[in-house]
Amino acid sequence: MLAKCFRCVNCAARSLCLLAVFLASHALFAEGPLSTPSIFAPASTPASSIYELSLFVLAITGGIFVTVAGLIAYVIFRFRQHGQDDVSEPAQIYGSTQVELAWTVIPVLIVVVLFLTTARMIFAIQDAPKPKSALDVTVVGHQFWWEFNYPKLGIRAVNELHVPLSSPQDPKPTFLTLLSADVMHSFWVPQLSGKIDLIPNHVNNLWIDPQHPGLYVGQCGQFCGVQHAKMLLRVYVDTPEQFAAWVKNQQQPAVSDDRVAEGRHVFETQACMNCHTVTGTAATGRFGPDLTHLMSRDTLASGATTNTPENLREWTRNPDTYKPGSLMPAMQLSDQQLDQVTAYLATLR
Amino acid sequence: MSEGVEAMSTIALVQEPEHAFTQPSKGRVAMFCVIIAESAIFTIFVVAYIYNIGKSLYGPTPRQVLEIPIFNSICLLSSSLTIWLSEHAIERGKVKSFGLWWGLTFVLGAIFLAGTGVEWHKLIYEDGLTISTNLFGTTFYSLVGLHASHVIIGLIALLTVLLFTVTGHVRQEHAERIQILALYWHFVDAVWIIVFTVVYILGR
Amino acid sequence: MADSTYPMPGSLAEAPRQRWSQAAILEWLHSWVTTVDHKKLGILYMLYSIFFLLVGGVEAILIRIQLMQPNLHFISPQVFNRLFTMHGTTMVFLVGMTYIFGFANYLIPLMIGARDMAFPRLNALSFWLTFFGGLLLYYSFIGGGGLYGQGNAPDVGWWAYAPLTSRAFTPGHSTDYWALSLIVTGFGTIGASVNVVATALCMRCKGMTLMRLPLFVWLNVVTSALALITITPLTAAQIMLLIDRYLGGHFFDTQAGGSAVVWAHFFWIFGHPEVYVLVLPAFAIANEVIPVFSRKAIFGYPAMAAASVAIAFVSLGVWAHHMFTIGMTSVGNAFFVLSTMLVGIPTGIKIFNWIATMWGGKIRFATPMLFCTGFLVQFLLAGLTGIMLSVAPWDWQLHNSYFVIAHFHYVLVGGIVFCIFAGIYYWYPKVTGRMLSETLGKWHFWLFVIGFHITFDLMHIPGLLGMPRSIYTYEANRGWGTLNMIISIGGLIQAVAVLVFAVNLVWSYFKGKEAGNDPWDAWTLEWAAASPPPAYNFATDPVVTSRRPLWDLKHPEDPDWKYE
Ligand code: HEA
Ligand code: HEA
Ligand code: HEC
Ligand code: CUA
Ligand SMILES: [Cu+2]
Repeated sequence: MLAKCFRCVNCAARSLCLLAVFLASHALFAEGPLSTPSIFAPASTPASSIYELSLFVLAITGGIFVTVAGLIAYVIFRFRQHGQDDVSEPAQIYGSTQVELAWTVIPVLIVVVLFLTTARMIFAIQDAPKPKSALDVTVVGHQFWWEFNYPKLGIRAVNELHVPLSSPQDPKPTFLTLLSADVMHSFWVPQLSGKIDLIPNHVNNLWIDPQHPGLYVGQCGQFCGVQHAKMLLRVYVDTPEQFAAWVKNQQQPAVSDDRVAEGRHVFETQACMNCHTVTGTAATGRFGPDLTHLMSRDTLASGATTNTPENLREWTRNPDTYKPGSLMPAMQLSDQQLDQVTAYLATLR
Repeated sequence: MSEGVEAMSTIALVQEPEHAFTQPSKGRVAMFCVIIAESAIFTIFVVAYIYNIGKSLYGPTPRQVLEIPIFNSICLLSSSLTIWLSEHAIERGKVKSFGLWWGLTFVLGAIFLAGTGVEWHKLIYEDGLTISTNLFGTTFYSLVGLHASHVIIGLIALLTVLLFTVTGHVRQEHAERIQILALYWHFVDAVWIIVFTVVYILGR
Repeated sequence: MADSTYPMPGSLAEAPRQRWSQAAILEWLHSWVTTVDHKKLGILYMLYSIFFLLVGGVEAILIRIQLMQPNLHFISPQVFNRLFTMHGTTMVFLVGMTYIFGFANYLIPLMIGARDMAFPRLNALSFWLTFFGGLLLYYSFIGGGGLYGQGNAPDVGWWAYAPLTSRAFTPGHSTDYWALSLIVTGFGTIGASVNVVATALCMRCKGMTLMRLPLFVWLNVVTSALALITITPLTAAQIMLLIDRYLGGHFFDTQAGGSAVVWAHFFWIFGHPEVYVLVLPAFAIANEVIPVFSRKAIFGYPAMAAASVAIAFVSLGVWAHHMFTIGMTSVGNAFFVLSTMLVGIPTGIKIFNWIATMWGGKIRFATPMLFCTGFLVQFLLAGLTGIMLSVAPWDWQLHNSYFVIAHFHYVLVGGIVFCIFAGIYYWYPKVTGRMLSETLGKWHFWLFVIGFHITFDLMHIPGLLGMPRSIYTYEANRGWGTLNMIISIGGLIQAVAVLVFAVNLVWSYFKGKEAGNDPWDAWTLEWAAASPPPAYNFATDPVVTSRRPLWDLKHPEDPDWKYE
């Protein structure tokens, strides 16, 4: 019964919503190539289930709104005072048990329906069983950047999460375990699932099974300090081949290229190595992102800017240009050192 | 008039005869309000204590250092009895016996406070447990300290009344105010039962 | 019936019109600082509240300017974070918590036919505690830097989640000022709440049984009782925070086994009931204004009182709906979904009762009623977005997005601020003896309504499109830019409206129409006193026989008491 009514209401609400969202996100507010992380454009089971549920709830609350606001509008127009001279008092009515009972009982029924559908969805998403084929990723939040560990694959990626495509025939969901190294953060990629917080000393879980390849953006959803705004998230949903290739690359140690030995020397003699890891070198710091495969990323500093050599150089010169208040200090390198380090970093594919 | 209004029938009630119009004493109401508010504070501290039992990452643990303050507790709890006796006395206008019981209450409370002082001295100087040592220290000193601070406030109030009694300013018509103050003292005692259970029995 | 009292020298209307010699100014100032009169304290509370509404509003405008376009550099991220923290804290604690006691202090004794509050001196103490608490918060702009040159003014959000508030992540003193200020204002609130409860229960005039209390008083008693059990957990949590920060405690120190989640629980155990503490006094105002301007008795008085108690009661068990994303068990989530949705039922009863009160009336749309009508519609929608948020899976998407910001501004501005304005337009004549200008009032109303809807209707959409809150800027390619621009313009329109209001307050004080005792043809006891009421309120103690004593006087042929 519930399910049927659910579907029915959904149908009506969906077309309306789609239209509104389409207008809102595309026609009216275009600003160049858009990538809007709309919760009404889901691409993974948890997000689509939530989307369906939201349409159902929208329809019910919309119905309540139209009814009650209609009543208010009627009362305003029907019972306004006509003319200042009309001073006689209207009939005084103090209450009515029947009517009051009616408007207590009907909301109770609505609440029951809303609660049951909601509870069903909570259990469906939160307690979903984990299939054998699932990929495990441990996400660690840091002040203003993300760390992604793939324990079974031996990979430590940064800021840009790569996950395989999942389809009903070949389910390959990704199960995330979420932790924090410092303060609270929240993992939120609206098109893939709802958000969940990353909390020190408290392990959380989340799963996604993206159905379309592509790039999905999101960002940290819990205020975590100065640069909370630039703790952006990018999730790349790869086809099986792409994903395998990416994994293969990430598993390699850092490229070692003698043409940039000076740069590497600067990197290893300045404080860089205290905070950053580059596998195969003396640099094993854990405070900042792992730079072993820096050039495999499209952006720098969790999306603060695009990953181009100029930006890389400027970032190293003074991170505040892109991310004022980030926890990487400006290292006061000379121009020459900067060029060398940039050249070195640019080889870390 | 529209039909809708007609449908909502009006119910006429016969006016009741006026009763004698009495209202509660504002002092009592205020003290109850304060007690409710205080209960909420204590609830939060107690919950924090219970939640953190056994969560300390390093010692000392409660079992190693805490001794059950039985004598102390008996003193504090019996002070509820003595203050009740003094309330009775002042209600009947027996200022002398009121002063006696009241003074005894003060002494019992003071013994309790001193006992807490001794306990803390031992914990700090012998066992090395301070508020920053571990989670146990943090929650222990906070909860017991919160209670102790209420005892201190109570003692100051008790002392004030005692001084008034000694100088002969307390009379039968002050019974109500004294009972209101006593309410607070009963509350402080009752809270101790909870703190005691949580800290020395559950937490050990 | 005591409807003949005489203005006394020394009441508000006379005082400022003396000649302004230095001595007179000092005496006037002295009389306000040392006053224990509930009316003067009520006015002080209201002025304080309005002042901080302007301050918090300026902060909001700065926030909105920064967010007008993607990647703007109008203010730095550090300053932005301080601004929204101060905006939230100011609006909730210095505006929201004080307007309550402004109205309650001024009106409760008048409405129940008393000469003052139960504890006048406690009343003054409470106000000054609140006053200095607010100063302390803003003093952090000067003193918060401490010795470290660290940022001044708190920048951790008004919910101040641990462990961001620990010394390791927030050095300097700004967070300490924040915590201390809330503890101090908290004591002020407790004092004032005790006073309200004691006054309403113990100081009523003859015949004023509990079932004849004006609903305004009823709701304020419920509010104060609720405040007593909700402010104190905050005080407790702030004490723990200070223990952590100053004494090296570990309550919220995740490195030593403490828990960040526990802070969230403690904060919202306070924070959720707090929002009902804020909204119930707004309902209280609507309960007085709507009947008078509909010319009908309130519909379902007992249900209204019972619903308020029910709201207060249920609201104690819903706090974790602010924490659906913190990782509770599915059963825990489901429980809080249910309890949260249940609040909709008593709230619905209230809305329906107000509509029924208007039904069949002869509604006069003077400015107070305009604001109340706006409130009714807006609160309805705000409550329904609340219901959407209470759907936990959906909240996993919406939490900490601009949808939440839109939801709560809809209640806080569209509900509470609208009612505050309604209340001010309604009782200003009583307080000053002069009417507020209706022309300016209509301008104020329409500008504010338009600004409000431009800002907060549209604000839902960026939330649905994935825009999180607390961000000082956003990417250009997200498609949020145009929306934010329009939203900010709405904010500016609101600012103009508030300016009109401020002008109205001042202008009408000197030039407004004389009000007389009962300009609205109303029914509760305060309208029987002179405008402004003399220090002792009523020359003789009133006696009442019904809920609407002045109705009985005006309609001896059809008195209320027959029907109660
Ligand atoms: C005055 C303030 C106020 C009020 C009255 C409310 C009222 C409600 N609020 Fe709101 N809320 C806030 C202020 C307020 N809120 C604030 C400040 C925050 C954010 C804090 C922060 O994070 O900074 C917040 C956040 C907030 C959240 C958390 C969002 C998040 O952070 O993820 C939720 C989730 O459930 C919620 C729900 C509700 C509900 C269900 C109500 C209900 O009380 C609404 C009830 C009313 C109705 C439902 C409408 C009328 C009823 C009918 C017409 C009857 C028929 C209806 C039904 C049967 C459904 N609120
Ligand atoms: C009662 C409570 C209340 C009120 C009235 C308001 C009013 C407004 N609020 Fe606020 N708001 C909150 C409570 C409130 N807010 C809370 C609790 C938060 C959360 C904080 C947090 O996350 O920590 C918040 C957060 C918040 C944000 C999100 C910030 C972020 O997360 O990044 C935004 C953004 O647009 C915003 C905007 C506004 C606007 C435009 C108004 C407008 O309605 C304001 C209109 C008023 C004016 C414009 C005043 C006019 C001033 C003058 C006319 C100048 C007078 C001159 C002198 C001083 C002499 N508010
Ligand atoms: C005090 C610690 C610290 C030192 C020293 C340090 N960094 Fe960093 N670095 C960080 C942190 C933290 C970040 C992440 C910043 C953010 O995204 O908010 C970072 C980010 C980066 C990034 C971007 C990484 C990415 O994946 O986007 C690069 C490149 C980088 N650092 C290079 C360097 C170089 C080169 C040096 C030395 C000259 C250096 N860092 C020294 C802490 C440090
Ligand atoms: Cu990380 Cu916000
Ligand atoms: Cu809430």
